[in-house]
Amino acid sequence: MNQALKRSHEPIFWLLFGAGGMLAALIGAMLVLITAFAVPLGLLPADAFSYANMLAFAQNLFGKAFILAVVALFFWHAVHRIFHSLHDVGIHAGTGARVLCYGTALAGTLLTVWALWTIGF
Amino acid sequence: MSARKPYVRPMAGWWRRDPFFVEYMVHEGTAFFVWLYALELLAGVLCLAQGKAAWDAYRAFVASVPLLILNAAIFAMMLYHGYTWFKIMPRTLPPMKVGGKRVAGATITALGLGGALVASVLLFGIVWMLTSGGAQ
Repeated sequence: MNQALKRSHEPIFWLLFGAGGMLAALIGAMLVLITAFAVPLGLLPADAFSYANMLAFAQNLFGKAFILAVVALFFWHAVHRIFHSLHDVGIHAGTGARVLCYGTALAGTLLTVWALWTIGF
Repeated sequence: MSARKPYVRPMAGWWRRDPFFVEYMVHEGTAFFVWLYALELLAGVLCLAQGKAAWDAYRAFVASVPLLILNAAIFAMMLYHGYTWFKIMPRTLPPMKVGGKRVAGATITALGLGGALVASVLLFGIVWMLTSGGAQ
Protein backbone atom coordinates (compact mmCIF):
# COMPACT_ATOMS: atom_id res chain seq x y z
CA MET A 1 0.00 0.00 0.00
CA ASN A 2 1.15 3.47 -0.77
CA GLN A 3 1.43 5.15 2.60
CA ALA A 4 2.18 8.50 0.98
CA LEU A 5 -1.33 8.84 -0.44
CA LYS A 6 -2.37 12.32 0.46
CA ARG A 7 -5.86 13.14 1.58
CA SER A 8 -7.49 15.61 -0.74
CA HIS A 9 -9.19 18.79 0.43
CA GLU A 10 -11.51 18.55 -2.54
CA PRO A 11 -14.49 16.86 -0.76
CA ILE A 12 -14.82 19.80 1.65
CA PHE A 13 -14.95 22.36 -1.15
CA TRP A 14 -17.16 20.15 -3.24
CA LEU A 15 -19.58 19.82 -0.31
CA LEU A 16 -19.70 23.62 0.10
CA PHE A 17 -20.19 23.94 -3.67
CA GLY A 18 -23.01 21.39 -3.59
CA ALA A 19 -24.72 22.90 -0.56
CA GLY A 20 -24.56 26.40 -2.03
CA GLY A 21 -25.71 25.19 -5.43
CA MET A 22 -28.67 23.39 -3.90
CA LEU A 23 -29.64 26.41 -1.79
CA ALA A 24 -29.35 28.71 -4.81
CA ALA A 25 -31.36 26.30 -6.96
CA LEU A 26 -34.11 26.03 -4.35
CA ILE A 27 -34.52 29.68 -3.29
CA GLY A 28 -31.97 31.80 -5.20
CA ALA A 29 -34.37 33.34 -7.70
CA MET A 30 -37.02 33.94 -5.02
CA LEU A 31 -34.44 35.65 -2.80
CA VAL A 32 -33.54 38.08 -5.61
CA LEU A 33 -37.24 38.70 -6.19
CA ILE A 34 -37.75 39.41 -2.48
CA THR A 35 -34.68 41.59 -1.86
CA ALA A 36 -34.73 43.58 -5.11
CA PHE A 37 -38.22 43.59 -6.63
CA ALA A 38 -40.88 42.74 -4.01
CA VAL A 39 -41.14 46.27 -2.62
CA PRO A 40 -41.11 48.17 -5.97
CA LEU A 41 -43.71 45.71 -7.30
CA GLY A 42 -45.88 46.19 -4.23
CA LEU A 43 -45.70 42.51 -3.25
CA LEU A 44 -44.37 43.49 0.17
CA PRO A 45 -45.08 46.63 2.23
CA ALA A 46 -42.81 49.64 1.70
CA ASP A 47 -41.25 49.25 5.15
CA ALA A 48 -40.55 45.52 4.71
CA PHE A 49 -36.79 46.19 4.64
CA SER A 50 -36.75 49.12 7.06
CA TYR A 51 -33.72 49.43 9.33
CA ALA A 52 -35.79 48.37 12.38
CA ASN A 53 -37.15 45.26 10.63
CA MET A 54 -33.78 44.16 9.25
CA LEU A 55 -31.99 44.82 12.54
CA ALA A 56 -34.55 42.68 14.38
CA PHE A 57 -34.12 39.94 11.77
CA ALA A 58 -30.32 40.04 11.95
CA GLN A 59 -30.38 40.03 15.77
CA ASN A 60 -32.51 36.90 15.82
CA LEU A 61 -30.50 33.67 15.92
CA PHE A 62 -32.49 32.09 13.09
CA GLY A 63 -32.08 35.28 11.09
CA LYS A 64 -28.32 35.24 11.67
CA ALA A 65 -28.08 31.57 10.67
CA PHE A 66 -30.11 32.22 7.52
CA ILE A 67 -28.05 35.25 6.46
CA LEU A 68 -24.76 33.44 7.08
CA ALA A 69 -25.91 30.29 5.28
CA VAL A 70 -27.06 32.20 2.20
CA VAL A 71 -24.10 34.58 1.87
CA ALA A 72 -21.36 32.06 2.73
CA LEU A 73 -22.74 29.11 0.74
CA PHE A 74 -23.50 31.26 -2.33
CA PHE A 75 -19.89 32.51 -2.23
CA TRP A 76 -18.39 29.01 -1.81
CA HIS A 77 -20.62 27.60 -4.53
CA ALA A 78 -19.71 30.36 -6.97
CA VAL A 79 -15.92 30.38 -6.43
CA HIS A 80 -15.64 26.60 -6.71
CA ARG A 81 -17.47 26.62 -10.01
CA ILE A 82 -15.56 29.64 -11.32
CA PHE A 83 -12.22 28.09 -10.29
CA HIS A 84 -12.95 24.84 -12.09
CA SER A 85 -14.17 26.70 -15.19
CA LEU A 86 -10.92 28.67 -15.55
CA HIS A 87 -9.40 25.71 -17.40
CA ASP A 88 -12.30 25.77 -19.88
CA VAL A 89 -11.55 29.36 -20.86
CA GLY A 90 -7.85 28.62 -21.27
CA ILE A 91 -6.52 29.90 -17.96
CA HIS A 92 -4.14 27.53 -16.26
CA ALA A 93 -5.43 27.58 -12.72
CA GLY A 94 -2.56 27.50 -10.26
CA THR A 95 -2.14 28.51 -6.65
CA GLY A 96 -2.67 32.19 -7.43
CA ALA A 97 -6.04 31.58 -9.06
CA ARG A 98 -6.99 29.27 -6.20
CA VAL A 99 -6.18 31.91 -3.58
CA LEU A 100 -7.97 34.61 -5.59
CA CYS A 101 -11.13 32.52 -6.03
CA TYR A 102 -11.47 30.83 -2.66
CA GLY A 103 -10.06 33.92 -0.93
CA THR A 104 -13.12 35.98 -1.86
CA ALA A 105 -15.36 33.27 -0.39
CA LEU A 106 -13.32 33.08 2.80
CA ALA A 107 -13.24 36.88 3.12
CA GLY A 108 -16.98 37.07 2.43
CA THR A 109 -17.70 34.44 5.08
CA LEU A 110 -15.50 36.10 7.71
CA LEU A 111 -16.92 39.57 6.98
CA THR A 112 -20.47 38.23 7.30
CA VAL A 113 -19.62 36.60 10.64
CA TRP A 114 -18.02 39.85 11.80
CA ALA A 115 -21.01 41.94 10.71
CA LEU A 116 -23.52 39.59 12.35
CA TRP A 117 -21.43 39.65 15.53
CA THR A 118 -21.25 43.47 15.46
CA ILE A 119 -25.02 43.71 14.98
CA GLY A 120 -25.38 41.85 18.28
CA PHE A 121 -28.07 39.69 19.76
CA MET B 1 15.74 17.33 -41.90
CA SER B 2 12.79 19.47 -41.29
CA ALA B 3 11.40 20.01 -37.83
CA ARG B 4 8.16 18.19 -37.16
CA LYS B 5 5.18 20.44 -37.15
CA PRO B 6 2.34 18.34 -35.82
CA TYR B 7 -1.10 19.80 -36.21
CA VAL B 8 -2.43 21.06 -32.91
CA ARG B 9 -6.11 21.80 -32.97
CA PRO B 10 -6.59 25.35 -31.75
CA MET B 11 -8.65 25.52 -28.58
CA ALA B 12 -9.51 29.22 -28.57
CA GLY B 13 -13.27 29.65 -28.62
CA TRP B 14 -13.78 25.87 -28.45
CA TRP B 15 -17.09 26.20 -26.67
CA ARG B 16 -18.65 28.26 -29.46
CA ARG B 17 -18.35 25.28 -31.84
CA ASP B 18 -21.24 23.32 -30.42
CA PRO B 19 -24.56 24.40 -28.87
CA PHE B 20 -24.01 21.75 -26.18
CA PHE B 21 -20.77 23.46 -25.12
CA VAL B 22 -22.40 26.90 -25.27
CA GLU B 23 -25.09 25.68 -22.87
CA TYR B 24 -22.36 24.24 -20.63
CA MET B 25 -20.53 27.57 -20.50
CA VAL B 26 -23.75 29.48 -19.79
CA HIS B 27 -24.74 27.21 -16.93
CA GLU B 28 -21.21 27.35 -15.50
CA GLY B 29 -21.39 31.12 -16.01
CA THR B 30 -24.35 31.39 -13.66
CA ALA B 31 -21.73 31.05 -10.89
CA PHE B 32 -20.50 34.59 -11.63
CA PHE B 33 -23.99 35.96 -11.01
CA VAL B 34 -24.38 33.90 -7.82
CA TRP B 35 -21.05 35.44 -6.75
CA LEU B 36 -22.32 38.96 -7.56
CA TYR B 37 -25.49 38.34 -5.55
CA ALA B 38 -23.46 37.06 -2.58
CA LEU B 39 -21.42 40.26 -2.84
CA GLU B 40 -24.59 42.37 -2.94
CA LEU B 41 -25.95 40.65 0.18
CA LEU B 42 -22.58 40.96 1.92
CA ALA B 43 -22.63 44.71 1.25
CA GLY B 44 -26.10 44.78 2.79
CA VAL B 45 -25.16 42.99 6.00
CA LEU B 46 -22.04 45.19 6.34
CA CYS B 47 -24.17 48.34 5.91
CA LEU B 48 -26.69 47.00 8.42
CA ALA B 49 -23.86 46.64 10.94
CA GLN B 50 -22.86 50.30 10.34
CA GLY B 51 -26.23 51.72 11.39
CA LYS B 52 -29.38 53.26 9.96
CA ALA B 53 -27.81 55.79 7.59
CA ALA B 54 -25.63 53.15 5.91
CA TRP B 55 -28.57 50.72 5.65
CA ASP B 56 -30.87 53.33 4.11
CA ALA B 57 -28.15 54.24 1.61
CA TYR B 58 -27.78 50.54 0.74
CA ARG B 59 -31.54 50.13 0.14
CA ALA B 60 -31.54 53.27 -2.04
CA PHE B 61 -28.60 51.78 -3.98
CA VAL B 62 -30.46 48.48 -4.48
CA ALA B 63 -33.50 50.46 -5.70
CA SER B 64 -31.42 52.42 -8.27
CA VAL B 65 -31.86 51.67 -11.98
CA PRO B 66 -28.42 50.09 -12.60
CA LEU B 67 -28.93 47.71 -9.65
CA LEU B 68 -32.46 46.87 -10.79
CA ILE B 69 -31.04 45.93 -14.21
CA LEU B 70 -28.23 43.92 -12.59
CA ASN B 71 -30.67 42.18 -10.27
CA ALA B 72 -32.92 41.32 -13.21
CA ALA B 73 -29.92 39.61 -14.83
CA ILE B 74 -29.07 37.87 -11.54
CA PHE B 75 -32.70 36.75 -11.22
CA ALA B 76 -32.69 35.24 -14.73
CA MET B 77 -29.36 33.48 -14.12
CA MET B 78 -30.57 32.16 -10.74
CA LEU B 79 -33.63 30.69 -12.47
CA TYR B 80 -31.41 29.14 -15.12
CA HIS B 81 -29.03 27.82 -12.46
CA GLY B 82 -31.95 26.15 -10.67
CA TYR B 83 -33.24 24.63 -13.89
CA THR B 84 -29.84 23.22 -14.96
CA TRP B 85 -28.97 22.16 -11.40
CA PHE B 86 -31.94 19.80 -11.30
CA LYS B 87 -31.64 18.86 -14.97
CA ILE B 88 -28.08 17.62 -14.33
CA MET B 89 -28.94 16.09 -10.93
CA PRO B 90 -29.73 12.61 -12.29
CA ARG B 91 -26.06 12.48 -13.40
CA THR B 92 -24.50 14.14 -10.34
CA LEU B 93 -26.44 12.03 -7.85
CA PRO B 94 -25.43 8.42 -7.08
CA PRO B 95 -27.92 5.96 -8.64
CA MET B 96 -31.13 6.16 -6.62
CA LYS B 97 -33.15 3.01 -6.13
CA VAL B 98 -36.68 2.72 -4.82
CA GLY B 99 -38.07 -0.80 -4.39
CA GLY B 100 -35.11 -2.27 -6.29
CA LYS B 101 -35.81 -0.12 -9.36
CA ARG B 102 -33.63 2.74 -10.51
CA VAL B 103 -35.40 6.09 -10.25
CA ALA B 104 -35.74 7.67 -13.70
CA GLY B 105 -33.76 10.83 -14.39
CA ALA B 106 -36.89 12.74 -15.37
CA THR B 107 -38.42 11.89 -11.97
CA ILE B 108 -35.41 13.27 -10.09
CA THR B 109 -35.49 16.47 -12.18
CA ALA B 110 -39.24 16.88 -11.65
CA LEU B 111 -38.88 16.33 -7.89
CA GLY B 112 -36.07 18.88 -7.73
CA LEU B 113 -37.96 21.52 -9.69
CA GLY B 114 -41.10 20.82 -7.64
CA GLY B 115 -39.03 21.14 -4.45
CA ALA B 116 -37.66 24.49 -5.62
CA LEU B 117 -41.17 25.75 -6.32
CA VAL B 118 -42.43 24.65 -2.89
CA ALA B 119 -39.36 26.07 -1.08
CA SER B 120 -39.69 29.41 -2.93
CA VAL B 121 -43.42 29.77 -2.22
CA LEU B 122 -42.78 28.83 1.42
CA LEU B 123 -39.98 31.41 1.70
CA PHE B 124 -42.14 34.15 0.22
CA GLY B 125 -44.98 33.17 2.56
CA ILE B 126 -42.70 33.43 5.60
CA VAL B 127 -41.31 36.82 4.51
CA TRP B 128 -44.84 38.05 3.78
CA MET B 129 -46.04 36.96 7.23
CA LEU B 130 -43.04 38.58 8.93
CA THR B 131 -43.43 41.90 7.09
CA SER B 132 -47.15 42.26 6.43
CA GLY B 133 -48.37 41.91 9.98
CA GLY B 134 -49.51 38.31 9.63
CA ALA B 135 -47.38 37.35 12.61
CA GLN B 136 -47.98 40.48 14.67
